[in-house]
Formats: sequence, C-alpha cells, structure tokens
Amino acid sequence: MEGLTLSEAEQRYYCDLFSYCDTESTKKVASNGRVLELFRAAQLPNDVVMQIMELCGATRLGYFGRSQFYIALKLVAVAQSGLPLRVESLNTVKDLPLPRFVVSKNEQESRHTALYSSDADNAASYSGVIPPPPGRIQVKKGSVSHDTVQQRTSADQQESTSPVVSPQQSPPTSPHTWRKHNRHPSGGNNERPLAGPGPFWAPFSEAQPGSSATSDPIWSGHSPPPHQENWVSFADTPPTSALLAMHPASVQDQTTVRTVASATTTNEIRRQSSSYDDPWKITDEQRQYYVNQFKTIQPDLNGFIPGSAAKEFFTKSKLPILELSHIWELSDFDKDGALTLDEFCAAFHLVVARKNGYDLPEKLPESLMPKLIDLEDSAVIPVISEAGEQTGEVGYASSPAEAPPSKSPSMPSLNQTWPELNQSSEQWETFSERSSSSQTLTQFDSNIAPADPDTAIVHPVPIRMTPSKIHMQEMELKRTGSDHANPTSPLLVKPPDLPEENKMSSSVKFTAGNTVNGYSSSDSYTSDPEQIGSTVTRQRSHSGTSPDSTAPPPPPPRPHQSHSRSSSLDMNRSFSVTPGQQQAGVVAYPPAVPPRPQPSQGPGPHMHRPVDAEGLIAHTSTSPQQIPEQPNFADFSQFEAFAASGVNKEEDDEIERHTEVLQVEKPSDSASSLRVAKADGRVEDKAPANVPTSAGKGTTPLAPPPKPIRRRLKSEDELRPEAEEHTQKTGVIAAVLASQPSIPRSVGKDKKAIQASIRRNKETNTVLARLNSELQQQLKDVLEERISLEVQLEQLRPFSHL
Amino acid sequence: MAVCIAVIAKENYPLYIRSVPTENELKFHYTVHTSLDVVDEKISAMGKALVDQRELYLGLLYPTEDYKVYGYVTNSKVKFVMVVDSSNTALRDNEIRSMFRKLHNSYTDIMCNPFYNPGDRIHSKAFDNMVTSMMMQVC
Repeated sequence: MEGLTLSEAEQRYYCDLFSYCDTESTKKVASNGRVLELFRAAQLPNDVVMQIMELCGATRLGYFGRSQFYIALKLVAVAQSGLPLRVESLNTVKDLPLPRFVVSKNEQESRHTALYSSDADNAASYSGVIPPPPGRIQVKKGSVSHDTVQQRTSADQQESTSPVVSPQQSPPTSPHTWRKHNRHPSGGNNERPLAGPGPFWAPFSEAQPGSSATSDPIWSGHSPPPHQENWVSFADTPPTSALLAMHPASVQDQTTVRTVASATTTNEIRRQSSSYDDPWKITDEQRQYYVNQFKTIQPDLNGFIPGSAAKEFFTKSKLPILELSHIWELSDFDKDGALTLDEFCAAFHLVVARKNGYDLPEKLPESLMPKLIDLEDSAVIPVISEAGEQTGEVGYASSPAEAPPSKSPSMPSLNQTWPELNQSSEQWETFSERSSSSQTLTQFDSNIAPADPDTAIVHPVPIRMTPSKIHMQEMELKRTGSDHANPTSPLLVKPPDLPEENKMSSSVKFTAGNTVNGYSSSDSYTSDPEQIGSTVTRQRSHSGTSPDSTAPPPPPPRPHQSHSRSSSLDMNRSFSVTPGQQQAGVVAYPPAVPPRPQPSQGPGPHMHRPVDAEGLIAHTSTSPQQIPEQPNFADFSQFEAFAASGVNKEEDDEIERHTEVLQVEKPSDSASSLRVAKADGRVEDKAPANVPTSAGKGTTPLAPPPKPIRRRLKSEDELRPEAEEHTQKTGVIAAVLASQPSIPRSVGKDKKAIQASIRRNKETNTVLARLNSELQQQLKDVLEERISLEVQLEQLRPFSHL
Repeated sequence: MAVCIAVIAKENYPLYIRSVPTENELKFHYTVHTSLDVVDEKISAMGKALVDQRELYLGLLYPTEDYKVYGYVTNSKVKFVMVVDSSNTALRDNEIRSMFRKLHNSYTDIMCNPFYNPGDRIHSKAFDNMVTSMMMQVC
C-alpha cells in the first residue's frame, strides 16, 4: 500500500472514523459493516465505492485494516471532490477536504449515543450508522428513526454478542452485510433503498457467520406472518412478497418505513425479549410450518425424507445448487442421505435464512442440530465461527420447539462431537475391519513400533512417588554405585517418551529393568516403596552381575517358563477381566496389585507359598480401575521383556535362591510387602526348598499383587535379579549394608536398608516376572500374526502369477 | 501430512485436487496424472481376481526423490491419490491408510448429498476441512 500522508486534521478525523467503525475494538480492523455504512453515507455511487475498496486493498485483504481504511477515506474525499479515483491521487491531491459523510449520520450518532448508551458504544454508534441508509434518501431524524435505531440497537445487542463481521469478508460480500443492515430496520419492511441488492445475491458467500447470525435475531424475531408468507411463497415460487426483501422490488419509499416503523417498533420490542436467543432458533410458527411441509413429503413424522425428494423440494427454493448442497451438508447430521424431521427443519430453516439473505454458517448452529440422545458430553466443542450464535445459546433454553433446554448445555458438545464421534466410530469400524483383514500385520507393526523405543529402554528411572527416605537414598546409592547407572540414564530419558510411561509416571517410575516398568508401575498403585525397592534391588543386582545384565534387564527366567506359562494361564484367567482392552499384541493385565499382605504374615511353610501365590493371584483382581493402565504397562513391559529376554535364564535358579535368601533377610515391610509376597510366591514356585522358611523372612506374601501372573513374574523378575545377586549376594548385601552407613542412620537403619533391599529385589522379581508374562503374550500375538499372514499369502497366491 | 491430495473420477478426470499452496501446484497435478497409470496397472493386475478381494489401499505407487505417491481406489473406481513429502519423517503405512480412510469416509458423505451429482467437482466444505487437516501445515 502506498504511503499515505495525512494532514493532522485528516489524521484525527480518520482515526475517529476508524474507531467508530472498529466495532470489535480490535484497533486493527474496521468492521466491514460499519465501513460500508460509512461509505453509503458518503453518498457515492456504488461502483465508486467498489472502486475505492479495490484501490485501498480491502478487496485484496478481505477486510479493512487501519491503513486500508484511511486510504479508503482519502479516496472517498477524492471522489467527493469529483476527482478521478487514482492511487496517486492519494498523496498528490493536496488540500483535500475531509470526506463528507451524511451529516445526519453524525447527528444521529451523537443523539443516539446518548440515548442508547446502555448498549455500549457499538449499539449507539451502530445505530448512528444505520439511519444513514434510509437517511440517505431522506434524512429524517424523527422518532421513527429512533425506532429504527431502536431496532438496530437490539440488532446491535445481538451483534455485540457476536462478531459483527468476519474480517475475512471481502468487499464483494459487503453487499451481504449491507443487506443485513438493511434488514435490521426493515424487520420485514423493505424500506431499504435496495440499490442493487439483487445482483449481490449471486456472489453468495457462506462465510458470513457473524453477520448472518447477528441479523438473524432481528429477522427471526420479526412478525411471524411475514415469515409465513415467506415460507409459503418459498414453497411455490420465488416469493414476490416483500418479505423476501432482497429483491429490488422491495424498494419502498421512506414513508412506508416511517408508518410501519411504529408497528415494527412494537415488534422489535417484543422481539428484543427473544432476540437474545439463538439467532438460528426456530420459532414455533416456523417449526409448525416446517412440520407441515415435512408431512407433505413424508406423512410419518418419524420417518425419513429420501434425498431425492428432499432435493426436489429444496430445489424449488431456487437457491443455487451449491448452496443447497452446503445446506444439505449442514443439516444431514448423520450423513445418511435422508432427512429426519429435525434435519428437515434445520435444512428448511437454513434455506429460508438463505433466501432472506442470511449467510450460511460454517457449521450447523446448535439450535438446528437434531436432537441427539445417548451422546456423552465430550470435551470437544469445536469452535463455531458464529460466536454470536453460540452465545445466543444462553437463550436457547427458551426455545420452545427445538431441543429441550436440558439439552442445550450438552447439545453443543453433543452435537459438535457427533460428527467427530461419527468419524471416530467410522475410524474404529475401519480399524476393526482392518484388524480382521490382512492388515493385522500392520496393526501389529504399529503396536510394535511404539514399543521399539521401549525396548531400548532398559532402566527407566524410578521416580519415587511415595516419600521414603530410605528408599530414595538407597536408590540413589544404587544408582550412583551401580554399574548400570549409565544404562539407566537413557531410561531416565526414555520413560517420559513412552505413552505408557506417562501413565506409569503417575505412579512410579522405575529405574528397574525393562520388565520392571510395566509391572512395577502397575504394582505401584499400592506400593510405591516396593517398586522403588525393587528398582534398587534390581540395580543392585545389575551391579552385582555387571557383565551379564548390563544393558538388558534380567530376562524372564527361562527355567520357570513353565511357571510363567502356568502363570500365563492364570493371567488368562485373571486377564479375562480385561479382554478387549488391547489390540493384537497387547497384553491385558490384571488390575493393580492389591496391597501385599504384611511380610509378617509370611506363610511359614514353603508349601504354602505356592498356595499363597495362587491366592495372591486371586487377589490380583482387586483394582479393576487399573486395568486400563495395565495394557499400557503391558505393552511396555512386553517390549522390555523382549529386550530383557534371553539374558538371565541361568540366573533363575540363583534368583530363586537369592530371592528366598533375600526374602529371609528382608524384614517384613509393608512397603515391600508386595514384592516380598511375590518373591515369596515365586520363590515357592521355583525353589521351595531353598528358602529357609523362617518367619523372619517376612517375605510372606504381604499383599499379593493383583495380577497373579505378575506376582509370579515378579517373583521371577525378582528372582532374576536376585539370582544375579546371589552370586554376590553377600557382596550385595554387604554393598547394601555398606550403602547404608552412608546414609546417616542409626544401626537399626542398616537392618531397614537390608529390608529395603530385599524389598527391592522382590520388586524386581515381580517386574521381571511380569515382563515375562507380557513377552509370552506377545509371542502368542506374533504367532497369530504369522498365521494370519500365512493365510493372506495363501489368498494372494493366485495372484502371484500375474 | 500430505503435500497434495487428489480425487480422480472413474474416467480419470479430477474431481478434487488440492496441493500445498507454496509449491508449484502444476508439478503435483502432473505427478497425480502420471500416477494414474500406475493405479490402473495395479488395478488390472489384481483385477483378474474378484473385485471383492481387491484391496482398496494400493500402497506406494512410486517414489521419487522428493516425494512419494500413494494410491487408493474405491469399489466404484474412484481413485484417491496422495503425494507426501519424502523428507517428511516417514509416514507410517498405517497413517497413510488412515488418511485414505478418512478421505473415503468424507467422500461417501459427499455422495450422500442428493445435491451432488456424481462426476461433479467436489465443493464440499466439510471435505475441504478434512483435507486441510491432512495437508502439511506450511506457512
């Protein structure tokens, strides 16, 4: 835009005008409506106005920025001076008088500003602007104009609630807004000297939500009979009734306006009470009319109107097919190609609105949405461009014919989410069909893919959720002292990346081995310390077995595969709770681990352990609410298990022994009760003989993890690390003990440290066991995938020769 | 995120084509046009079998150094062609499939509109919005 030099007076004047037009107080964009009114007030021919708008760049931009507005004003001045409109004239013409706008406008402005100050500046200024169009023809500032202004005030009020004009309006659309403004005072009258509204019908722009919305209240609030006329005529032929105000034939002289103004005033007043409602609300009369029309096509009110019949019906409205198509898109809510009564009313309402010049909204207004039931409120409320309409929802409750008020609060989300739900449901359907089709592999891949990063995660950093100094300190010690501190660091980073991690992070994050992540977090619901302990245990174990378990977490104990499988059987049993939670390849894990029984409860005889383990397994189904998270954990653990697989086979036995020993060592600790219990259970499963069943073990199944398998797996997990520890069990313990002293505690704390380490070991065991079970599940899934792939291959074999 | 999405009618004329505006759109138009040959080739290759067994998703039609072209054909021989940028972090096959599925769903919604004559250009706003969501977000 070429530079514009303005004199001081001009600057001030333009600035005032801009702020006057800046109804939205954006300080940047002048409301197109106001601008157009202003230009009308300039008493310039329409084509000149268009030219000005093009020159100033508003056409290009679609809105009136400050610079465009100033340039436009300058061009108005140029035009009013009779000079040809040229871009150069902006700066070359000196001593140009200020652009003149209908003086009456200004007078009214000031007057109405005082009168209608309640409605904020918008209303007042707006009302000031509105009179000009009629004033253009005959400046008559009588009470009538007040009335009209009053009407406009209400319109303003409506407008103020909604964006007056979308900034994206391009000048060609200005006629729409102009029409809209014209409509306001007319309210059914056609006083507006419609210089050229007819031709402007052609460039229908549907992106006029704000303006159309704001004008709707006035329009809809207008006396119903005019509407009736509209509709009736609509059904037959293009109505010649003046109510279809947009036709040039509706031009009437001012007197008509004046005489009717008083009548309209009352209407306006009546309307004002309801004008605050949703501009797209269908009134009772309208609704009744729509229903009658529906019956002519489809006698059954609960039935559908097929698309073809609807097409014929709405084609009679003589709207362009493009617009009818858009109306259909908006109103056919369920996209079934047929219209229910509600959809039909919405479509009809939109057609009538369109015929009266209101621009179609981008999205279906909520008041027009068909009643939906059984839709949960979702947080998704798409931003509807017609903010005014949305704010008008407040009055929606008063809408008698449309959805019940109770629906209004939920309707927005309901109706808005309906398309998303539809689409999402479709996606799910497709997804399911995909799963059933030859795309299981891809599904599996997708499942695997996210897991791959997980597999890389070896030692997720445990974040202690429960404050436990001992554990914290121990863990830190372990971390620092562990050879796998480094491996853990990547894990520190990794866990947040995992989606499951996010969930797990809520509970506990583990620096434990891979397997621990899923398991431990699942268990962490009730026993964070345990997990932490297990983490520490694992670290300890890792440090103990540095060469072996460096990168991958201790693999599931191979020798105990039988157990795991049996445990997997248990898993199946317990996992039946969460059948459909996972897609292929995801293990549905039982709910969170129930609190372990106190270690003191530890079953004395080993023989009880298996039973206990079973019992523990039975306990697994305690927290169903944790099931949803379990699958995530499951995935994660599975992959971890993958990474961990094949490492610690040989350690199982040792682990068992160690577990037992450790269990013995670990004093009953409620925190580690779960772990202990698990370890106990597993120890029992694996090496019943080894464990010196001393009551002091306290490793009795304190609180068997909710997942029986997990428990077992955990024990396996724990066993694994403990097996590792076993080799240096003494050393480990010594290390633990050694670590203890570093912690400023009394002697008694050493014992606690030992207990904590035992706990951690147990936790590690459980985690590993869990990982193992998850791996088993994955293996099964992979096998299924393979089978499906083979089937596909068979199917495609006939094509192979092509 | 696709760079160009096109809907081709059965008679191999475009019903809808939209590209990321910053790029030379003509290049994408040409790419889509040439990819139709590959689509036809794949259809005919599988056409000997029952059409039912033919999968809708055709997969990668052909890659170039700059981008890859994916195809999808409906049972009514309406083709969806999608051009994605190779430099884009490799879009997973699943994602491409889901994008095509969304396209297909939107297309069926358009078909349900009685005011839409099959064979017309697609002017649906809903379809535009959906495609916009799938296009690369280029400033």
